[in-house]
Amino acid sequence: MKTNVYLLATLLAFSFFTTSALAKVIHQERSMYRNILVEDTGNLRCLKFNVKSKKTNQSCFLKSDPNRLVFNYTKLMFSGMIVNPNPSRILIVGLGGGTMSNTLHQLLPDAEIENIEIDPAVIKVARQYFSFFENDKVTSKVVDGRIFIKRALLKKQHYDWIILDAFNGDYIPEHLMTKEFLQETKKLLSDNGVLTANTFSISDLYDYESSTYQSVFGNFYQVKSKRQENRIILTTKNELPNKAQLKTNLAALHDRLRPYDVNILKVFNSFTNKQDWPANAPILTDQFSPANLLNQ
Amino acid sequence: MTLAWQNRLIYLLAFCSGFSIMGVELLGGRILAPFFGSSVHIWGSIITVFMLSLSIGYLYGGKLSTQNANLTRYGMIFIVAGVLVLPIALWANPIMETIFVAIEDSRYGSLAAASALFLLPTIVLGMISPYSVRLLVTSKEQSGQVAGILYFVSTLGSAMGTIFTSFYFVLWFEVNTIIVSYSALLVVLGATAITFQKLASQTQLAATEEVAHEN
Repeated sequence: MKTNVYLLATLLAFSFFTTSALAKVIHQERSMYRNILVEDTGNLRCLKFNVKSKKTNQSCFLKSDPNRLVFNYTKLMFSGMIVNPNPSRILIVGLGGGTMSNTLHQLLPDAEIENIEIDPAVIKVARQYFSFFENDKVTSKVVDGRIFIKRALLKKQHYDWIILDAFNGDYIPEHLMTKEFLQETKKLLSDNGVLTANTFSISDLYDYESSTYQSVFGNFYQVKSKRQENRIILTTKNELPNKAQLKTNLAALHDRLRPYDVNILKVFNSFTNKQDWPANAPILTDQFSPANLLNQ
Repeated sequence: MTLAWQNRLIYLLAFCSGFSIMGVELLGGRILAPFFGSSVHIWGSIITVFMLSLSIGYLYGGKLSTQNANLTRYGMIFIVAGVLVLPIALWANPIMETIFVAIEDSRYGSLAAASALFLLPTIVLGMISPYSVRLLVTSKEQSGQVAGILYFVSTLGSAMGTIFTSFYFVLWFEVNTIIVSYSALLVVLGATAITFQKLASQTQLAATEEVAHEN
């Protein structure tokens, strides 16, 4: 009897969600790396990879108000501007729908923004369905993040802000979370450079990743959403500024970011530098990086 | 030391060579990734180099088996292969760095790096299959049957090498530890084959002497 009630409730809930959502797939393609889906739900348009994944939505925007950021973790990414409010060279590894690039260009019209994406189909879809645009300041390039960073190092380039957001979908590029990779990324930062990385907040990887970042950067901030579904690791090339130092820019930044639906005061309040992983957690290296096996 | 035991040893060795080939191939992706990324063309390069080397190896192995085939030479193939696998662990980084600087296009860069690291050891590993057939076949009638069992055993080894390396070994060990282990395994197997041949010829010698005495 009890199971029947549960069953009925589940069925009701399911039919409610499916009818209320009314998602319409407007584009679908199989790229070299993944299935790409663009889905419209009313005013909301989302980019999805591998449909049956737990974390399906990669990037979303409101068709009527494309400047407003929908995803919490993209909002958390703006924490980078608390440390460096006027970056002039920005590197984004992992394009998604390109919303981050679009917003940053509007915020910082003089900044050079380079987007790196391994999958050419993702860039195409971002352009066609998510108003991702390029101009003389904003560029995109099809290349593996690791290769781009190694080549940029050879050319002695530096960036004021590096945004790592390459860990979407089910498969994790293991060579983009090793100690060696982070060392290379650190070298690519300018003296007041800041790194914000979208990292894993669940599974065994949490401890491994935290420990790996710590081994390269020392102390770092974690920026977490209330529901803890995402965490951004925020760190700098040189000494990490303390919270009191960071507070000085906050009011001005708040007004700048408000139109994009980013409440930077709230983001700032979620900063923590408390170590919440075991001290003996193993470090991921090029020699040992079973990230996909750990993320079961 | 009977012929039956010798055949079992050859099947075991063929299994292990299949295991090692795919184990090394699978790690190839991980070794190249820091310099050449994890794009689809990385696997294109690795698989191309392995298939090309194996095909060359089959040709040379077959040729070599026509001249005085025996277990000692068979064992030597394993030892040479084992030694050639070792540079992957020792010098992969400097080799890849040189190629990375020299070749801008990561497709040809990864192809060159895969060739530099895997071509020679895989050619030698490829020689094992045809040489095994030569050692196992004693009559024309059973040659197809023997080749069938041999391919079964060595390809089964390849399947095991793939799954164990990708599901477990990378979780337990560093890449270089696994590569060095494959190298050591091949050398030990080669030495076993050579020892077996020595023991076999000693017993044979003793047997012939006995026969001579009886006459």
